[in-house]
Amino acid sequence: MAKIIVVTSGKGGVGKTTSSAAISSGLAMRGKKTAVIDFDIGLRNLDLIMNCERRVVYDFVNVINGEATLKQALIKDKRCPNLFILPASQTRDKDALTVEGVERILNELAADGFEYIICDSPAGIEHGAFMALYFADAAIVVANPEVSSVRDSDRILGILQSKSRAAELGKTVEEMLLLTRYNPERVEKGEMLGVEDVQEILATKLLGVIPESETVLKASNQGTPVIHDDQSPAGQAYSDAVSRLLGEEVEHRFITVQQKGMFSRLFRRSA
Amino acid sequence: MSVSSTSSIETELAKVSFRLKGGLFPLTLLELHYYDSRQLQRDLHFKVSEAPGFFQQTPVIIGFESFSGDFRDVQLAELQQILRDHGMIAVALKGASTSLEAQAKECGLAIMAAKSRTPKNKNSGTEVNVEPTSVVADQPAVQSVPNVANSKVISTPVRSGQQVYAPGGDLIVLAAVSAGAEILADGNIHVYAPLRGRALAGVQGNESAQVFCHSLEAELISIAGHFKLVEDLKNEHWKQSVRISLQEQALCIAPLVNAGR
Repeated sequence: MAKIIVVTSGKGGVGKTTSSAAISSGLAMRGKKTAVIDFDIGLRNLDLIMNCERRVVYDFVNVINGEATLKQALIKDKRCPNLFILPASQTRDKDALTVEGVERILNELAADGFEYIICDSPAGIEHGAFMALYFADAAIVVANPEVSSVRDSDRILGILQSKSRAAELGKTVEEMLLLTRYNPERVEKGEMLGVEDVQEILATKLLGVIPESETVLKASNQGTPVIHDDQSPAGQAYSDAVSRLLGEEVEHRFITVQQKGMFSRLFRRSA
Repeated sequence: MSVSSTSSIETELAKVSFRLKGGLFPLTLLELHYYDSRQLQRDLHFKVSEAPGFFQQTPVIIGFESFSGDFRDVQLAELQQILRDHGMIAVALKGASTSLEAQAKECGLAIMAAKSRTPKNKNSGTEVNVEPTSVVADQPAVQSVPNVANSKVISTPVRSGQQVYAPGGDLIVLAAVSAGAEILADGNIHVYAPLRGRALAGVQGNESAQVFCHSLEAELISIAGHFKLVEDLKNEHWKQSVRISLQEQALCIAPLVNAGR
């Protein structure tokens, strides 16, 4: 059975696509056959971040409309042999997505032996976002540590537990919070919400905290998901998140200000 | 609020015999599948015997949206009497045919449009407006029904944009109620976590309803239509465990004694 995970947030620009790319790459690196689908029809970005935009021939909407087969549209990632990308259409709009069409493609992927299907949701709570979350078994809600992002995440969690197919069947969607752009120094100065503040508002399992880092932007521009950079804190944090997604218990890192010497050792232990 | 003819002079005001107020009231919907007066009497008798005392002057709406029988068979006056015999007062029809709507006028029943249909009958509009007031008149009788059994317990967070309503009883929420969420109950509201959204207790007009919460951070608290907004709430016992009740037409916020923090 394939596990369908939606990466969503409500608010735009918080790092959904970056996180989708990193997490799907991470799962593939652990040997899981993974597909990542860009639901942001009309504003496709995932192929850019995955550095496969030049290899896009057919897209998600072509497959839904029967103009291409799934095999033709899936792009094999150059770095991870287990990772396949289904890009969004640049020319259509989100109304091209239908419940029946999306369901058929998800079923085809599952039948094809995919273990994880990551749905990269567009921002907002409209049709595209709804299509991305409707079939989800689990949701990774991406939020930045600021009030409006957290409020939107709360809203999307509500939609998830009331409008998704799982909710219609009386089940719950597994929810996980991924806090991105986290800056412990700014949290300490009171300029940013802390992990505890966000956790208190959302009351959801914490999948990971990704520290704010230049390497994330650089990786996106280069088209290399940041998880491949195992030297950077952001890459390591995504790697930890993937471990937690696979059920491992990993302690959270990068949520306190790094201090030198003896203090840091003391803080580590108590963190 | 809609009494526009009243001037600001006190004496004038005192002369007005009534005040019109809008209100939303949940009502029992009796969905008729087909009409057979004998069968209906038998079925109603059985239903009422299951919960004697539940139907006492209970206002009901007769719904025809899932009606599959012949509308010509329906005798509204007879139906009204059958319902009355079983402790129910028919107040309106919903989704009825035009022929029935004519009968409804004779029987003094209001007409409500079906869900899918847009209200087309202008005349019926006024009747619909009359209907909630009649519910208010029946209120004391409804209150005498023990409503403990109708409590609703929610153990998952109530998120922004969500609405939870406990008709005919208390609402108990064991997780946080987010800002932008709304919880409503005919009875009391209990929130054993922070209450950050809107909470409306006693929405049917029960003035003895109360709101209890572990941490008062609400956007709005209302009891039987009397409400306070966040600006007023912030002044006292903010982020504390409180009990809010209605005293002399005003909300009274008191700390919960021995409530931990």
